[in-house]
Amino acid sequence: MDSIIRIENLIFEYQRDETEKPVRALKDINLEIKRGSFTAVLGKNGSGKSTLAKNLNGLLLPTGGTIYVNGYDTKDEEHIWDVRQSAGMVFQNPDNQLVSAIVEDDVAFGPENLGIEPAEIRRRVDKALNDVNMGAFKGKAPHLLSGGQKQRIAIAGVVAMKPSCIIFDEPTAMLDPKGRNEIMKIIQELHAEGITVVLITHFMEEAACADRVIIMHNGEVFLDGTPEEVFSQGEKVRSVNLDVPLAVELAAKLREEGIDIPANIIGTEEMVEYLCQYK
Amino acid sequence: MLRDITLGQYFPGNSWIHRLDPRIKIMATLLFIIELFIVDNFIGFLIAAVVLGIIVAVSKVPVSYILRGLKPILLILVFTFALNMFMVKGRILWQWKFLHITAEGLELAVFMAIRLILLLMGSSMLTLCTRPIALTDGIERLLSPFKKIGLPAHDIAMMMTIALRFIPTLLEEADKIMKAQQARGADFETGNLMQRAKSLIPILVPLFVSAFRIAQDLAMAMEARCYRGGENRTRMNEMKFKGRDYAAIVMMLLFAAVIIIESKVL
Repeated sequence: MDSIIRIENLIFEYQRDETEKPVRALKDINLEIKRGSFTAVLGKNGSGKSTLAKNLNGLLLPTGGTIYVNGYDTKDEEHIWDVRQSAGMVFQNPDNQLVSAIVEDDVAFGPENLGIEPAEIRRRVDKALNDVNMGAFKGKAPHLLSGGQKQRIAIAGVVAMKPSCIIFDEPTAMLDPKGRNEIMKIIQELHAEGITVVLITHFMEEAACADRVIIMHNGEVFLDGTPEEVFSQGEKVRSVNLDVPLAVELAAKLREEGIDIPANIIGTEEMVEYLCQYK
Repeated sequence: MLRDITLGQYFPGNSWIHRLDPRIKIMATLLFIIELFIVDNFIGFLIAAVVLGIIVAVSKVPVSYILRGLKPILLILVFTFALNMFMVKGRILWQWKFLHITAEGLELAVFMAIRLILLLMGSSMLTLCTRPIALTDGIERLLSPFKKIGLPAHDIAMMMTIALRFIPTLLEEADKIMKAQQARGADFETGNLMQRAKSLIPILVPLFVSAFRIAQDLAMAMEARCYRGGENRTRMNEMKFKGRDYAAIVMMLLFAAVIIIESKVL
């Protein structure tokens, strides 16, 4: 089995209240996420990207269509916990997802829920905390940590459950640039270790790290491809009120001036590397 | 001012007290509270204070940290002190118009104040020296015999864990809201008690709203991490009585015996 998440004709509707007509947040989405891949989902507020994320581990259930995670249907109540164990989720607000007042107890929360042996939980907690470089903080209280550190604890809490896939729902939206960089580094490390990553974001630079970019617009998949493919369609990206990464924009302007920049340059660092040849 | 509340706050450490089984510490705290109500003379309080002092010294929690926890009850303390001092009838020491201080009143006032202070310090030692999770685990285990009569022991324990975890978060939230209101000209510091109480309403309403928002986020995050109640749940830190726990039980009973004998004899 090659794809970890398979979405077939997904429709999701919700009602603000009884009398109102249901709002269709997701309109007939078909996607496959490959095992071990790194997918970034971009979109403006209200594009349905967060709703999509919550559908991927059964927090929201599809109105129509089906989602398979690791082969389990998310609507199958018998396997809902298998779904959630397979597809962990990190949320936007680092404060509101930590359960315990001690870092290591919080990381242990997930494995405890899975009914794992105490000695094995201990091992997993220590490993997960080291993975996110927070080993030294295991006895601390979360409210004394910075936003970026709290978010790293939240990631460790998910990693300790040994998921095959982690869905990050705008994990850096509430962080400062330093915290943002830390989180992005950890996400890339987890991906390198073989975990499938789905990153919901509205930062273009973050999306440029992925190997696949999906742009959502009005509850539909608007663009889907490698970052190079997607960002080379600058006009289309801008038409849904998103920006292309700075490096891509610069490359386009340089091309207009007759300087040939390869199409695969989308990250700031690669751009610097490339331009410095002209020194 | 909101940051001074130490009740329900854990002070990280690795002392003998910290490592005791939480069930022992909960029972000891309950016993200590009961003993404080049994005590009927100052010598009894002196014994209790010495015992508490030893516990504090062993736990290595800074005394200033514990004293800070007394601040929120300062008002209650002063109020009960004054009430006892002026209201009790007896041998009059000082009089001014209808106000009078009696020797018996003064004695009772000091007596009650000591009891209140020891009560608060003693019970705050429990939360200062016990990880919140261990504390709630302990409560859950102590309550589990009552599961048979339908007491949701696990749910109660989980609610307490979350409450303890979110005290600082909600305080921060309240602080933020207060600052936002002050920036727009709200005044919390002047005026009489009524006016000040009224000016707190615009803080409480948004605080409630954000508490519900946090609760919703947290519930979703817990579900995403496979939380499904207490069934089939394991614990990273298992609870087992060790040598020091038995030693603590002996000391606890010894102390209780001393208090009982002392209050009866004198």
